[in-house]
Amino acid sequence: MAFVSGLKCRECSREYPAEALNVCDFCFGPLEVVYDYSTISEVISTDSIGQGPLSIWRYQDLLPANSQGRVDIMAGFTPLMKAGNLGKHLGLRNLYIKNDSVNPSFSFKDRVVSVAATKAVEFGFDTLACASTGNLACSVAAHAARAAIRAVVFIPSDLERGKIIGAAVYGPTLVSVAGTYDEVNRLCSEVADNYPWAFVNINMRPYYAEGSKTLGYEVAEQLGWRLPDHVVVPAASGAMFTKIWKGFNELACLGLLDGVEASSFGPDQNTVHHPAVTTRMHMTQAEGCSPIATAWKNGQEHVLPVRPNSIAKSLAIGNPADGMYSLRVVRASDGTAYAVPESEVVEGIKLLAQTEGIFTETAGGVVISGLKHLAESGAIKPDELTVVYITGNGLKTQEAVEGVVNPLSIKPTMTSFESALEERKSQEAGVG
Amino acid sequence: MGKQRVKFTFPTTMVKEPVIYRLGHDFNVVTNIRRADVREEMGWVVLELEGEDSEIERGLQWVGSTGVRVDPVSGDVIEG
Repeated sequence: MAFVSGLKCRECSREYPAEALNVCDFCFGPLEVVYDYSTISEVISTDSIGQGPLSIWRYQDLLPANSQGRVDIMAGFTPLMKAGNLGKHLGLRNLYIKNDSVNPSFSFKDRVVSVAATKAVEFGFDTLACASTGNLACSVAAHAARAAIRAVVFIPSDLERGKIIGAAVYGPTLVSVAGTYDEVNRLCSEVADNYPWAFVNINMRPYYAEGSKTLGYEVAEQLGWRLPDHVVVPAASGAMFTKIWKGFNELACLGLLDGVEASSFGPDQNTVHHPAVTTRMHMTQAEGCSPIATAWKNGQEHVLPVRPNSIAKSLAIGNPADGMYSLRVVRASDGTAYAVPESEVVEGIKLLAQTEGIFTETAGGVVISGLKHLAESGAIKPDELTVVYITGNGLKTQEAVEGVVNPLSIKPTMTSFESALEERKSQEAGVG
Repeated sequence: MGKQRVKFTFPTTMVKEPVIYRLGHDFNVVTNIRRADVREEMGWVVLELEGEDSEIERGLQWVGSTGVRVDPVSGDVIEG
């Protein structure tokens, strides 16, 4: 069962029942889930988690939906692998990759959508909906198929083909919107106000966002119930970034980390910072849409919205809902926020693929290039335990790396093959 | 009559302009501010607008044309 007490406004602290709400009626601030941690602490343990399914639902006691009726396509429990080759390249001896690109619909969105879809079914909705630049649309369509309910997904008309097909194959009502980014955004907001659908990132948002905490839980569990010294995370709305931090602090307060005593959550569950959580949180964005990183660089508390113009479309949120809250996490954790030059995004994708055999999408290229910057600047020391989050699969954004295709084109003879091989060697020697 | 919840973000050049006053005065729209933070370099205001849908739409188009950004209250609803 879910140990949820209700919802609470993050700005004015007004309380609401656990319903399909996302905004405070009084101040229009965002609503967050409130948990009954005293009951959770009585039932949860590292052993009970270890006996759970190999998906995000092994952490069911810390999720806001009832796991008995879960909509589960086995999201989560993705590999955490030591990145020796990439680490050597960057001068980092203790580098790990959390490879979330291998989720069922090939991005971390399966974590949040599994929770939102479960909650939507629990509330009795018959339609699951979203507005997306791709990954979310794929995940919503897949989970709706699993739950045998209708899916309606809105996408901008200029989306990459791989993402359109990746969503359409699950049979949703696919709405392709011709318009500027702001027009599409406004339209989708109005649709959400006028149709009784479960929009995963609007009226389901308090529940949906909690799914990202599992990215924090899993890394801690896979490291033997301890936390890394640094994490490097891509940011769009900033929600995932804040939830990884929340996940780390929940584990500490519940006494689930190795050698850490349980302690009170204090007056505000969503901003609690346990002293044992010393992980430095580093956020990366692509320069063409970097409102949070820009605010951090300029020392501002608020995020000035921008019009996105970035190759990293899955991170292209110009007015990030959790921007201000993620800035607070950067500061509380003594972390950083870095805007990666657009020209370095593809280099990051290639570097990860060619050192560790992982093909990530543009968001992953942003993270790897951001990691490179952190290593070169000395923000991350060579022996510090560092985890980078790879959140999406490269097969969805193949257009970004088409330039890598440069085959040896030959006739079906040994002579032709050996001649072409020699020519390539000479070219490479010349370049070298 | 309809209601709409919106967030206005003011760039530095517009911080001193009486945009909300003019929205209420020049268009048949009732403005109801719920939360705001205005500083020298920028400002934002979260407010509810009430009026005929067409009048709210016309008013918001005018606000956008001044250089003030108009968004849904919960930020961008399009995700990755």
